[in-house]
Amino acid sequence: MTKPTHGLMAEFETPTSLVNAARAAREKGYRKLDAYSPFPIEELNDALHLHKNKLPLIVLAGGIVGAVTGYMLQYFVTVWYFPINIGGRPLHSWPSYIVITFEMTILFAALSAVLGLLALCGLPMPYHPVFNVPRFALASRNRFFLCIEASDPLFDHDATADFLRRLEPKEVSEVEN
Amino acid sequence: MTAAGIDFSVTSDLRSEIRAWRTRAAIAGGVGLLLLALGAVLSPDQFFRSYLWSYIFYLGIALGCMAWLMVQYLTGGAWGTVIRRPCEAAMRTLPLLAALFIPIAFGIPRLYGWSHPEIVAADELLRQKHVYLNTPFFLLRAAVYFAGWILFQWRFNAWSAAEDARGGELAQRRMGRLAGPGLVFWGFSVTFMVIDWVLSINPHWFSTIFGMLFMAGQGLSSMAFLITLMILLSHRRPMSEALTRRHIHDLGKFLLACVMVWAYFSFSQFLIIWSGNLPHEITWYMQRLSGGWQFMALALIVCHFALPFALLLSRDLKRNFKLLTGVALFVLLMRMVDIYWLVAPDLLKGSFAVSWMDFVAPVGIGGIWLAYFLLQLEKRPLMPVNDPNLEEALVHGRE
Repeated sequence: MTKPTHGLMAEFETPTSLVNAARAAREKGYRKLDAYSPFPIEELNDALHLHKNKLPLIVLAGGIVGAVTGYMLQYFVTVWYFPINIGGRPLHSWPSYIVITFEMTILFAALSAVLGLLALCGLPMPYHPVFNVPRFALASRNRFFLCIEASDPLFDHDATADFLRRLEPKEVSEVEN
Repeated sequence: MTAAGIDFSVTSDLRSEIRAWRTRAAIAGGVGLLLLALGAVLSPDQFFRSYLWSYIFYLGIALGCMAWLMVQYLTGGAWGTVIRRPCEAAMRTLPLLAALFIPIAFGIPRLYGWSHPEIVAADELLRQKHVYLNTPFFLLRAAVYFAGWILFQWRFNAWSAAEDARGGELAQRRMGRLAGPGLVFWGFSVTFMVIDWVLSINPHWFSTIFGMLFMAGQGLSSMAFLITLMILLSHRRPMSEALTRRHIHDLGKFLLACVMVWAYFSFSQFLIIWSGNLPHEITWYMQRLSGGWQFMALALIVCHFALPFALLLSRDLKRNFKLLTGVALFVLLMRMVDIYWLVAPDLLKGSFAVSWMDFVAPVGIGGIWLAYFLLQLEKRPLMPVNDPNLEEALVHGRE
């Protein structure tokens, strides 16, 4: 209980007003904000500058590790540990390695996509303060929420509350930690 | 911004620009064909070699566009609605390509050993294959392929014109119904076409995936061509008002997919034959992996697969018009190298060689083809204005 609040949350009735509010908050200089909506809103990604994340790099790294693992697995088995002459082919018969190397690339890339996604989202997360706002249950029905977190350097309880109120939300509530 | 709000007919500025491109293409094509005619007198064998592979390359672009068009009628999607008109224009070049096939018909004795009775008489295998591999049947099959392709292009274009005149639903239903059988015909005709025109150069060798290798190649060539064209158009009115980065990004994804499919088929064929290591199969690869041809094979692995694959993985590159055009043009160049590597070694029967005609032929055939394509392109509005999906396709482009 270091901080009394997690942040301030504004509730909106339409996706457009949420997008406008998110845009305004970005412009004002807030960076630690998150939006909640019952369905995906493409414009929100732009408004919150969410286009870039580390997931592609994680997947690429996973794919490369998978390729190297797959290739080396076969190389060490057929060249080092159990060298067997098959049909007079060289021990290091790379064409026959490609299929499994390819499969391992896909497997590792796919797994790192799933695990990377979970890690970047901070999941599993058994507790999140936003659920302390009673009306937040509506985020999975028909309401749209914007939360400015207290960890934002610009965050000031009264000023931020004022700012949010000026965006004409239905309600501004405090998110307890 | 609604679909009805934009006039997609070719503006007068664009028309004069397209005409300038057309004149340049026609001049290049005319000069190329004249030089090629000179080459035909000097060295007929070389002329037919160069002509065959160049012709197959450009036919691949037209047929690939036909396949994309039919895929889009089956699946829908914004990517397909915006490329409908260039695809239709490319389909309308098929009658020209049928006419350009005539030199190959005259070249049968110089291209295909099975057309000589004395060679067939001396070869048990060719005697057995003679029922299929003989000149009249070869020509009949070519006629069937062209008849089918021209029939499909005629129906699709007629319905598309009707849609422009009277609105969409009925035309869309008809095109959707024809697209399925059309794709089946495309698959079979391309398979038999490459068996006839390419594979039978060496009638002792066979590969069941050969047709699919060319289908993937056609998809790749045509998508690279379409991307280049769409990016050129996207800077100019009327397309600059509707065609966006997001549409081009979608086409870039298809380019990546085709690069992978091509590599998948190419490697599948190689792996099976390499594993079997049987004399009558492996010789085809041994010929293509020695005598200088191996450098071309290496270039194919690196520049036809690895490099475009690695580059096209990037989202930023697919959304950068300059870089994506560069990759698309590079892919088109590598498509030519690939077809040359598949066609030429069996005709040259020796180590790697390139003639001056191998540079003149693609310019000659390509120039004439491109000029004719541009002539077809400017005839109709650049977007299917009455397509019920156009509105959605344009909305998709906005971010």
